[in-house]
Amino acid sequence: MTDAADLHQQRIASRIKQRYAAERRFRALGFFAVAFSVLVLAFLLVTMTSNAVGGFKRTELRFPIDFSTGLLTIDPSQLEGPNAMQALQGAGLPDVVAFAAAKAAGDVAGTELADGAWREVGKRLITNPALLRGKLDTSLPVSDDLASAWRGEGSAALQALATKLKADGQLVRAFDPGFLTRSDATDPQAVGIWGALKGSMLTMLVTLALAFPVGVLAAVYLEEYAPRNRWTDIIEVSINNLAAVPSIIFGLLGLAVFLWIFPNFRSAPLIGGMTLALMTMPVIVISGRNAIKAVPPSIRDAALAIGASRVQTVFHHVLPLALPGIMTGTIIGMARALGETAPLLMIGMRAFVAAPPDGFTSPSSVLPVQIFLWSDEINRGFVERTSAAIIVLLLFLLAMNGLAIYLRNRFEKTW
Amino acid sequence: MSPAIPILLALGLGLVGWLAARSRAWAFRKTGGATSLHSLPNYHGWYVALWAIVPAILFALVWNAISPGLVIAQVLTDPAAAKLPAFGIDRDAILAEAQALAGGQTAAAFNPLSVGLAEPFRAAMNYFGVIGVAVTVLLGFAGGAVAFLRLRPGFTARTRVERAVMGALLLASLVAILTTFGIVASLMFETVRFFGFVSPVDFLLGTHWSPDPMASPSAGMGQNYGAIPLFWGTIFIGAIIAMAVAVPLGLMSAIFLTQYATPTVRRWMKPALEILAGVPTVVYGYFAALTVAPVVRDAAQAMGIASASSESAMAAGLVMGIMIIPFVSSMADDSIAAVPQAMRDGSLAMGATTSETIRRVLIPAALPGIVAGIMLAVSRAIGETMIVVMAAGATARLTANPFESMTTVTFQIVAMLTGEGSFDHPATLSAFALGMVLFLVTLTLNFIALRVVKRFREAYD
Repeated sequence: MTDAADLHQQRIASRIKQRYAAERRFRALGFFAVAFSVLVLAFLLVTMTSNAVGGFKRTELRFPIDFSTGLLTIDPSQLEGPNAMQALQGAGLPDVVAFAAAKAAGDVAGTELADGAWREVGKRLITNPALLRGKLDTSLPVSDDLASAWRGEGSAALQALATKLKADGQLVRAFDPGFLTRSDATDPQAVGIWGALKGSMLTMLVTLALAFPVGVLAAVYLEEYAPRNRWTDIIEVSINNLAAVPSIIFGLLGLAVFLWIFPNFRSAPLIGGMTLALMTMPVIVISGRNAIKAVPPSIRDAALAIGASRVQTVFHHVLPLALPGIMTGTIIGMARALGETAPLLMIGMRAFVAAPPDGFTSPSSVLPVQIFLWSDEINRGFVERTSAAIIVLLLFLLAMNGLAIYLRNRFEKTW
Repeated sequence: MSPAIPILLALGLGLVGWLAARSRAWAFRKTGGATSLHSLPNYHGWYVALWAIVPAILFALVWNAISPGLVIAQVLTDPAAAKLPAFGIDRDAILAEAQALAGGQTAAAFNPLSVGLAEPFRAAMNYFGVIGVAVTVLLGFAGGAVAFLRLRPGFTARTRVERAVMGALLLASLVAILTTFGIVASLMFETVRFFGFVSPVDFLLGTHWSPDPMASPSAGMGQNYGAIPLFWGTIFIGAIIAMAVAVPLGLMSAIFLTQYATPTVRRWMKPALEILAGVPTVVYGYFAALTVAPVVRDAAQAMGIASASSESAMAAGLVMGIMIIPFVSSMADDSIAAVPQAMRDGSLAMGATTSETIRRVLIPAALPGIVAGIMLAVSRAIGETMIVVMAAGATARLTANPFESMTTVTFQIVAMLTGEGSFDHPATLSAFALGMVLFLVTLTLNFIALRVVKRFREAYD
C-alpha cells in the first residue's frame, strides 16, 4: 500500500520535474529568439561601422612643394577673382605638382596622383598667395590604382611601390572631410555624398510639404466629421490598404502618372517627393487618427458648450493637443521615406549625377539610391565608401527616430 | 516666366484682401457695437482672402498646364517653322532645343533651324506669360472685390469659411481613394497593352521567362513571358525561407517580451527590435550581398552542394526573414495582449506552468490574430524589393534548391524598367503586368488579414 503511494509520489515528482524543465527550455528559447535579433542587429552595425571607418579616409601621398625655386611663374594679382584656378592651370600648376611628387616619391608616384589633386594645392594658394614664395607641405589624394595597390591589389610593381612609400611614411590613409562635401564620381578616391544628401533633403521637403497637410486634414475629417456611410468605409479601407501596398507599386504609379505629366523632370526631387508623399500620407493619416482619438471627448464638449463651432473646436482645441502624436507619426513616416529606394529607382533616380542638384527640378540622386549604385560597383574602393554612406544614412534615421521618441515622451499626455 | 510669379501675386492679393476686410469688419463693429457682427472680423478677412486666392491659383495652375501647348501652336504659325521636318523625333528635338535657347537654359544650339525658332519662341512665351499673369491678377482682384462688397455686419462669414474648410478636409481624404484609383488605373492600362502582345494564359501559366527588350515584337514571343518561375521564386524566398526565420523567432520574441522579461529587459530589448525594423532595406540588401551571401555559399559548398551560387535564394530569404522579425513580433504582441487576462489566470490557477498556459491557452486564443499578422508579414516580404535586387540574382529558375540563384517578381520589375527598353515594348510593359499581380496578391492578403484582426478584436471586447 505504502509502496504504491510512494510510487505515485515519485511519478508526480518526476513529472513536475519534467514540466519545470520544459518550462525552463521554453523560456530559454524565448530568450534566445530575442538575443538572436539583438545580436544580428549588433553584428550588422559593427560590420558596417568597421567598414565605414575606412570609407571616411582616402589614400594620400605626402610630399613638399618648393615654390621658392621659381617653378611656378604667376602674377599674384591673377590669384584674385573667379578665374584664379584657370590661371593657375595655365601657369602649369598641375605639372609643378606632379614634378614635386615625382621628385619626392619617384617618377611613378608622380604620375599616380589623382586627376584633380592639384586643385587642392591651388585652393591653398588662392587663399594664401604668400605660399608662392615658400615651401608647402601637401598631402594629396593618389590615383585609384595606387590606392588599390595600398590595399594589396592590382599590379605587382605598384604594390611594391606602395609598400615602399608606406614604410617611408609618404603614403598614408588620412581622414577625408571632403567625403561629406563632394558628389558622385567614377573614382572611389574622389566620391562624396553631399550631392545625394542634398537630393534626399530636397525630396524629403517635397514629401513633407505634400503629405503632412493632406494627411492631417484627412485624419481630422475621418475622425471628427465623417458620417458613417459607404463612402467613409471606402476611404478607410483604401487608406489601410495603401499603408500596406509594396513601395515598388508606388514607383510604378509615379512612373506611369507623374512622369507622364512631367516628362522633363525625370529623376528630379519634385517627382521623387511626390511619389514618396503618396506612400507617407497613409502613415500620417493612421497615426494622426490615433492621436486625435486619444484626445478626451470632454475637451470637445467643453469647447462646444461655450459656443465654439465644430470647426473651431477641432482647430483651436483638439488639433493642438493631438499635434505631438501627429508629429511623432510624421517623423516615423518620413524616416521610412528617407530610407526608401525601390520607388525612386522606378522613376529614374539612378542616373549618374556628378553635381549637387540646384533645385527641385534638376536631376538628382538620393542617399539610399547612391548606396545601391555604389554597392553595384566592381571597384573594391567603393565597398568602404558604401559602408560610410550607410553609416551617414543610419545616423540621420537614428536622429529622426530619437526626435520622435523625445517628442512622444516630452509632450504626450495621458488623460 | 516662372510659374511662381502668378501664385505669389495671388497670395499677395489675398493678404491685401484679408487686411482690408478685417479692418472693414472692425469698422462695422465700432459703429454698431460689439454684438452687431455675426462673425468675428478674422472670418471676414478669411472670406475675402479665399475668394481672392483660390480662383486665381486654380487659374494659374490650369494656365501652367495648357500654355506650353499654346506657345508651340503660336510658334508653328511662324514662317520659320515651315522648314521643320513634318513629324518624328527630329521635329520634337528641334522644338525642345529652340525652347531651351529661348529660355536661356542653353547658350548654343546644335541645330541651325532651332536658332531661327528661338526668337518666335521667346515672343510667344512672353505673350502667353503676360496674359497668364494679367488674368490671374484680374481674377484675384475681381474675386476679392466681389467678396469684399458683400461684407455686412450681419454677413455669415464664419459659416461660409467653415464650409470651405470642410470642403478642404473632404478633398484631402479623397486623395487616398484617388491614389488607389491611380494605382489600379495605371497598372490596368499598361497591363492591357501588355496582354495585347502576350496572352494572359502564356503569362500566368508559362514556365519559361526570358524577355528580350531588344527583340522586335513578334507572334511567338509569348513563350518567353511565362511568369511561373518568378511567382515560385517570390513565394520560395518571401513566404517560405523568410517566414521559416521570422515566424518562430518573432513569435518567441513576442512571448518572451510580454510574458517572461522583466521591465528592465523589456525597456532595452523592445527599442532594439524597433531599430531592426527601422533599418532601410537597401542596407539589408547590402548586408545580404556582402556578408551573408558568401557565408551561405561557402557553407553550402562545404556540405557538398556544388551548384551553390553567390547570389542565392537562401541569403536573400534569411536576411528578409530577419527584417520581418520585428513586424511579426509586434503583431503577435498585439494579439497576445488582446487575450483576456481571465483566461490566463484561469489556466495558471489550475496549476499549469507559464509555458503550458502560453502554449495551450494564450496561443490558441490569439491564433487568428497571429495568423493575420503572418499574412501581413508575407505580403510585406513578397513586395520587398531591394534585398532581392541586391542578393537574389536574375535567372528565372524553377528549382527547390535554396542555394541556387533565383529571381522574384519585384526583381524583374526593377530589371525591366531600369533597362534600355522602350515604353512600347512588351518587355517593359511586362513590369506593369507583374506589378498588377503583386498588387492584387498583397491587396487580397491585407484585406483578409485586416478583417480577421478586426473580427478577432471584437470577439474579446
